[in-house]
Amino acid sequence: MTWTQYLPPLLKGAQITVTISLASIALGAILAFAAGIARTSSNRILSGIAFVYIVLFRGTPLLVQLFWFYYALPLIGISFDPITTGIMTLSLLTGAFGAEVVRGALLSVPHTQLEAARALNFSKSYTLWHISMPQAVIEMMPAFGNLAIQNLKDTALVSLISIADLTFQAQSMRNITLDSATVYTLTLVGYFIIALCLMLVMRFIEKKLRRGPAFPRSAHS
Amino acid sequence: MNPIIRFENVTKRFGALTVLDNFNFEVARGEKVTLIGPSGSGKSTVLRILMTLEPFQEGHLELDGIPYHEPGGHGPFKASEKHLHKIRCNVGMVFQSFNLFPHMTVLRNIVEAPVAVLKMKRDEAESRATELLRMVGLYDKKDHFPSQLSGGQQQRVAIARALAMRPRVLLFDEPTSALDPQLVGEVLGVIRDLAQEHDLTMLLVTHEMRFAREVSDRVCFFDKGRIVEQGDPELLFSNPQQPRTREFLSSILGEPAPARESLRRVP
Repeated sequence: MTWTQYLPPLLKGAQITVTISLASIALGAILAFAAGIARTSSNRILSGIAFVYIVLFRGTPLLVQLFWFYYALPLIGISFDPITTGIMTLSLLTGAFGAEVVRGALLSVPHTQLEAARALNFSKSYTLWHISMPQAVIEMMPAFGNLAIQNLKDTALVSLISIADLTFQAQSMRNITLDSATVYTLTLVGYFIIALCLMLVMRFIEKKLRRGPAFPRSAHS
Repeated sequence: MNPIIRFENVTKRFGALTVLDNFNFEVARGEKVTLIGPSGSGKSTVLRILMTLEPFQEGHLELDGIPYHEPGGHGPFKASEKHLHKIRCNVGMVFQSFNLFPHMTVLRNIVEAPVAVLKMKRDEAESRATELLRMVGLYDKKDHFPSQLSGGQQQRVAIARALAMRPRVLLFDEPTSALDPQLVGEVLGVIRDLAQEHDLTMLLVTHEMRFAREVSDRVCFFDKGRIVEQGDPELLFSNPQQPRTREFLSSILGEPAPARESLRRVP
């Protein structure tokens, strides 16, 4: 077997890896905003729920979370197919880390901006969405870029709940051919290319957000 | 006529530090009052309490007949958010550091609050904003972002932004202290024009003594959370009665350097 023959199964796996990664980045971002905003809320119940969620998912290993959702949850009658389980778990993990990014960025908006908003009689939610968030989002982008790449690399673990992702396909190929060097080199290159695309997309979004004269100080960082 | 602002035995503490102690102060409708005094004497705190940026612990305060504390009100402000909203409808504030919104153009900085808070139609708000920008002489900068303006221009936009909400009381918290000396004049010019408006009540904290003398109906000298001396600017500046007032005025007026310069170096 030549190395070109390894490509079709690996590409099939890569497709699943990309799907899981993109889906869990998108869902994770939604969770990150929800939990991050809840953490800065003056509502103690909301803030408390968000705190427990963040601590739980940041404080436990992803692999154990995956096994728990895949093997333990069905025991109390709730079960999902492997892909759903993988996307769900990764979203929850990415969301927990992202929530801290959102919270930090919101807190970094100068207090004087909030005082100006108060003096103009804006409501709290209007201040959040129209004054704080537009300034905070730009601060979040570099950290979100890191999280997106971390998320992609974490998807490799879903191979352990029988999802045929890139890592899973690589394992199978190696078991058949015993050509570890070629198979794993190709797999590394595969992950790297996907990561590179993710980085470029994140950079593009950040550039778009920073464009224009509104934030000149951070334009070239 | 009833005073528009009435502080009655107001006490304000930051932890163990008492900033205002049994403070009494009244301002008549349309009056222009300047608050002067050394740093930490409580003059900015008076403005920040009026703007509901700071709560106070004891006493009674009302603005245009509306008390700040609600009967049975909770939280540090002893009032609901809705009640504070009602109070803020009558007050506007201009800050030392301008605090324009950096992600909005000059025009949007001014239009945003009338549209979102007063539910004004956008084109109506824009024509009012245009009028205000002409008044402060910055109509040609309406599509610029704050970062593209000088400090003096930013402060003039901030004044227009506060006026767009049609406040009855406008508070100026050291509006020229963060400006380069050559930019102070343009901001004082705008404030001087505003002082001609009979209906607008103005409270101004400043270190610009000559300006205070020129525009205000009354000057109040603050020291350690109390008004030590107050009265007609001509009388107070030419013939201060209290030793503390004399000491303060000679420390900033008696030096050969301009008053502003000497105070800017005080940390």
